[in-house]
Amino acid sequence: MIQLFNVSKTYLGGVRVIALKDINLHIKRGEFAFLVGPSGAGKSTLTRLMIREELPSAGQIMVDSRSLLRMKEREVPYFRRKIGFIFQDFRLLMERTVYENVAFAIEAIEMSKSEVRTRVPAVLDLVGLKDKLQSYPHQLSGGQQQRVCIARAIVNDPLLVIADEPTGNLDPDTSWEVMNILSAINKRGTTIVMATHDKEMVDRMKRRVIALDMGRIVRDEERGAY
Amino acid sequence: MRISSFQYALRDACRSLWRNKFMSLASVATVAISLVILGGAWLLVLNTQNLATAMESELEVNLYLKQDLTREQALGMKDQFAAIPGVDTTTYVPKEEGLKILEDRLGEDTNLLQALDGNNPLPDIYRLKSKDATLVPQIAAEAAQIAGVEKVRYGQGMVEKLLSLTDWLRTVGILVIIAIALAALFLIATTIRITVFARRREVSIMKLVGATNWYIRWPFFLEGMMIGLLGALIAVGFLQLLYSQLLKNVAMMVSFLPIISDAGSLLRLYEILLFSGTLLGAIGSAISLRKFLKV
Ligand SMILES: Nc1ncnc2c1ncn2[C@@H]1O[C@H](COP(=O)(O)OP(=O)(O)OP(=O)(O)O)[C@@H](O)[C@H]1O
Ligand SMILES: [Mg+2]
Repeated sequence: MIQLFNVSKTYLGGVRVIALKDINLHIKRGEFAFLVGPSGAGKSTLTRLMIREELPSAGQIMVDSRSLLRMKEREVPYFRRKIGFIFQDFRLLMERTVYENVAFAIEAIEMSKSEVRTRVPAVLDLVGLKDKLQSYPHQLSGGQQQRVCIARAIVNDPLLVIADEPTGNLDPDTSWEVMNILSAINKRGTTIVMATHDKEMVDRMKRRVIALDMGRIVRDEERGAY
Repeated sequence: MRISSFQYALRDACRSLWRNKFMSLASVATVAISLVILGGAWLLVLNTQNLATAMESELEVNLYLKQDLTREQALGMKDQFAAIPGVDTTTYVPKEEGLKILEDRLGEDTNLLQALDGNNPLPDIYRLKSKDATLVPQIAAEAAQIAGVEKVRYGQGMVEKLLSLTDWLRTVGILVIIAIALAALFLIATTIRITVFARRREVSIMKLVGATNWYIRWPFFLEGMMIGLLGALIAVGFLQLLYSQLLKNVAMMVSFLPIISDAGSLLRLYEILLFSGTLLGAIGSAISLRKFLKV
């Protein structure tokens, strides 16, 4: 699903920051992988490279057998339609209802109205929000907001879901709710990559753990711990 | 683009228009004002030209021949006059006919010849019609050189004045329109910039979920075009009201003035105004999108 070959990312600014250095990585279809490591290790940078929000300074990245470097600018939107992205800060539209927030994501990729009308309630049911369709984000708890964000990420049936600290702002119980939903999505065959600081959760899930430090992979275990 | 995508874009455009109502209103008003001026100036120029053409067709050079010419000599001059460049037709009006015309004008039972003791004081006249109003002064000058011509008379300066008035109107009109159109453009661009700013979160999420650049741009374009079209509609309504009122009053007071009133030319003007308004809106959004929407 995702392959990285000698990938490096250097930020040029006032000072040169080497965010990632010589990363080689292969995440298979259907896998659930945690990205862990201290702050500044390069986790977010790695996720941004995977959705081609940025290009690497060196190396090659393949996602779903396609080279992100050779991909043309106008092909990027169609590539992104295969990926769902979940943010730590939710990034919901505050003046839109839950329903509209999710519908928005598939309207943007030009799905028909009838498709929008069937998919949105179904996916909100899946994340357990079927009675909150007409609520506004500020009327929801943090965990509920993150579930809207998950619904938005998966409403398009993506092959791959990338989450950057999806539980970073949530208390332990709510974090587990969110984690369980992601597990359920993974069981349906969706590949999941999740950057996190949540040691306890990583230890209990017993999934693949890729540990980064100072921009390098320092550990990669099949059924690892934080 | 799919029908539903167009509906989404339309919905978003309307939502933005409503959210920035005051800015939208200011832009619509500016577009309307500039188009009212454009339409007004257009109608003025059209009518002045119409008037000029109407006068032109009346326009002729009158040549008064010397009294001592014989009838043969007078008739023989026709070819000389016809040869002057720009002359369309030449008409010979002998002094008897001139007298008759004068008598007709004075009233029914006048007998001028009797009153004048059988001496007709009028000269023979040649009437030269010009092909083009601008050639009239030249024709007059050339005719004056020909031997046997006593005096040359024509509607001195009228046509020149009218034509220079249309030229002047056109120049000033164009300058004023450009200035106001620029203001309208600036306001539309600012409105769209505010919308882009208000929707920057949406745009960033749209990009991440895989919206194409054109899908992202469309609502902004539509918003600009709707501002332009709305302004144009107001302008057309206003002009129609004003012009029909004017027509009514002018027709009552000075009925001989040839005012353009056929539905065809008005409809054409309105079409042009609606098109210009929409175009103005599209250009205004394009300016803002180029600068502020990095997609
Ligand atoms: N746009 C950028 N410009 C310059 N430097 C950047 C940029 N983005 C990230 N960096 C730097 O790259 C390094 C890796 O950052 P990154 O955000 O990937 O870390 P992280 O592992 O996600 O950290 P955290 O756990 O705090 O989210 C950091 O030193 C950071 O300062
Ligand atoms: Mg991070």
